[in-house]
Amino acid sequence: MDTALETGMVVRRTRRLGRFVDAYGQELVVTAALLVLMAVAGTVNRRFLSETNLTSLFSGNAYVAVAAIGMSMVIISGNIDVSVGSLIGVLATISGTLAVKGYPIWFAWLFPVLVGVVVDAFIGVLVAYARIPAIVVTLGFLSILKGGLISATQGAWIANLPPGFFIAQFRVLGVPSPVYFAAVLTILAALWMRYSALGRAIYAVGGNGDAARAVGIRTKPMVVFIFALNGFFAGIAAILFGTQLQVIQSTVPPNLELNVITASVIGGVSILGGTGTVVGSSLAAVLFAAISSSLIFLNVSAYWLRAVLGLMILATVLADMARRRRIG
Amino acid sequence: MTSVVELHDITKSFGGVSALKGVSFEVRAGEVHALLGENGAGKSTLIRIIAGSHIPDRGEIRVGGELVRFSSPRDARRRGIATVYQELLLFPDLSVAENIFLGNAPRTRLGAIDWTAIRAKARALLDDLESPDLDVDAKVGGLSVANRQRVEIAKALSQNPRVLIMDEPTASLAQADVERLMAVVRRLRERGVAVIYVSHRLQEIFELADRVTVLRDGSYIGTRAIGEVTESTLVSMMVGRSIDQLFPKSEAPRGRTLLEVRNLAYRRAFREVSFSVRQGEILGFAGLVGSGRTEVALTLFGITPATSGEIRVDGEPVTISSPRRARDLGIAYIPEDRGQQGLIRSQTIRENLSLAILDHLSRAYFVDLSKEAAHAREAIEHFGIRARGPEMTVRQLSGGNQQKVVLAKWLGAEPRILVMDEPTRGIDVGAKAEIHALMSRLAGQGLAIVMISSELPEVLGMSDRVLVMSRGRVVATFDRAEATPDAVGAAMTRASPEEGVA
Repeated sequence: MDTALETGMVVRRTRRLGRFVDAYGQELVVTAALLVLMAVAGTVNRRFLSETNLTSLFSGNAYVAVAAIGMSMVIISGNIDVSVGSLIGVLATISGTLAVKGYPIWFAWLFPVLVGVVVDAFIGVLVAYARIPAIVVTLGFLSILKGGLISATQGAWIANLPPGFFIAQFRVLGVPSPVYFAAVLTILAALWMRYSALGRAIYAVGGNGDAARAVGIRTKPMVVFIFALNGFFAGIAAILFGTQLQVIQSTVPPNLELNVITASVIGGVSILGGTGTVVGSSLAAVLFAAISSSLIFLNVSAYWLRAVLGLMILATVLADMARRRRIG
Repeated sequence: MTSVVELHDITKSFGGVSALKGVSFEVRAGEVHALLGENGAGKSTLIRIIAGSHIPDRGEIRVGGELVRFSSPRDARRRGIATVYQELLLFPDLSVAENIFLGNAPRTRLGAIDWTAIRAKARALLDDLESPDLDVDAKVGGLSVANRQRVEIAKALSQNPRVLIMDEPTASLAQADVERLMAVVRRLRERGVAVIYVSHRLQEIFELADRVTVLRDGSYIGTRAIGEVTESTLVSMMVGRSIDQLFPKSEAPRGRTLLEVRNLAYRRAFREVSFSVRQGEILGFAGLVGSGRTEVALTLFGITPATSGEIRVDGEPVTISSPRRARDLGIAYIPEDRGQQGLIRSQTIRENLSLAILDHLSRAYFVDLSKEAAHAREAIEHFGIRARGPEMTVRQLSGGNQQKVVLAKWLGAEPRILVMDEPTRGIDVGAKAEIHALMSRLAGQGLAIVMISSELPEVLGMSDRVLVMSRGRVVATFDRAEATPDAVGAAMTRASPEEGVA
């Protein structure tokens, strides 16, 4: 074969590879980290790779990945939501209460999702139209939702849930349903953000709001819409979270909002807005579920988990800054 | 005369991209040494090395003959090198005096900050800069750009520097302020300060500089005494080729009136503004910074909808309530500050180019990526955007190429009326000529163009008619033939419309 032609093809191929790495760098890093971690943990302790463990690992944390989809959109648009953990707690409680009170099961699943959409759309209105920074609005909602929930329920356990209620325990072809939810929603959201005009606009609003407005994007309704979507994903996450055990504790899962934000950031969403993908954030949610599980299998104290996560956030942000500096 | 600062064979690269290749440079006491080059030529890197914020990979720096190594701007300051950067680094919530002495405030014997001394010294420095009107207790945030710059210069002078570096000091100043600034620079030179003056404006360099050093693509091209060079030799040193014409104005056939504005007003920013633009016509807006020109553009584009008056597009009365509405009426706006309003710097060229026309590029709700990529490749070629390809992020481009992306983005939407605010600010000469040529071509294709510019040669060189604004009103209008620098310049400082001027 003509060597010149061959080199040309190699060059073209490596260039294309380089572009791929540039565009999906963080997703590749997270995937690689995940594979390395599983290999190491699996070598040290066979049981880590057992079907039971992997199943519980993936399905038990799928709700974080689902919530991280909405969170990523919010962060990409240049905002943040620190109230998502409290909202998930409230919505799971609403769902369980409805089911126990004898409402149809489909209603107990659907209604909390609607509540999530309405609450977060309201947050969006405060951010976009009252021009209160998102961090302030959602800090307020974190307290309102958390405080309201504890006062109303005293953190009581909801038991005696009807048998058909536990959607997170359903299996299709042996795979638990949360895995399908997380995978399908991630793929749909990723396609939507990459290929639809509206999805593009999220990046534009977060990248430069003034410029986005100048090209005719209606930035205010856009922000409300993004928060409403975030409420939708929080609603789905709440159902997956609330139906994974036989009982629901009507309280807010500790540190949940931080886990969700961490997943987005480690997945490559810039905390400054404008860049990142939901594929990255979902992969990162899986990654740190795997980390927490592997620490147990490696006999490392669970307290190390938070420290490890903290280090990962710093490493990610440093890598992101280094990449930006290189690009200039 | 001896050199104050001498750089020898300086090389610097960033992540494999070389910014300076063996550059030598020296500046003497009591001279203004201009540093000239297109964007990306390495001027900023060079002055940052002299100022101690970049460390060269190779090469020597001597200050007063002594070999030095700067590891931070602090080291350079200690050696008497002060810098006034283009983007002013001031604290808006602190007073003028506080800003000037931040970091090296005079102390009383007890170690407390000596406020009396600070205020007195700040006053003396500002008086020296011919700014007796600037209050040392005023908050910097409320000052005009020109006044903020004076504060920045006073800050630099407070350290009694031997070398003062000025990075494009006139880029955002109005003509009158430019002259005041030049007077200050001359005075510093008389006092024996070595001034390194970076500017794109050749006219200023000829008025001010003693010598000029030209860089191109990170390489040293040459140093000349100002008497030995002409504008065209400098330009060809900068771009490596000669540019035929900086203002390639061609006569375009006039069509019907596309935009007509009567008694337009927005709050207190401007009032009683009336004008019209026809197809094929370029209407230039001259005036001082703050005369209300940009505000008129923002109103035409619906960012600040008019509070009174009438706008007609193609004869039809319209209300322009949002940028979206303006876009749908066929109006495009190229903003003054492309970083702020024109571009999404974190996105690729392709994504930026398609933002205004996503509807056209979409099929059944989803963006057609192959159509989008084709559009981007076509625009890159058509507008001569120098980039590796459509997937390059916009922040990697030079200023001129970023501006071409903004233009390409809007022209993709096929506007009928183009409003351009300072279309070539901060852009190097080569790209400037290309953008001017493009404007002529667009007018030839029947667009109506409104161009706001603070560069008088640009206004006079490109406009068919010149409208002059002052203090929020239109004070004069000139046809191309009547628009002389003197007449337009005089109108710019006039307070009210003169009788008999059409």
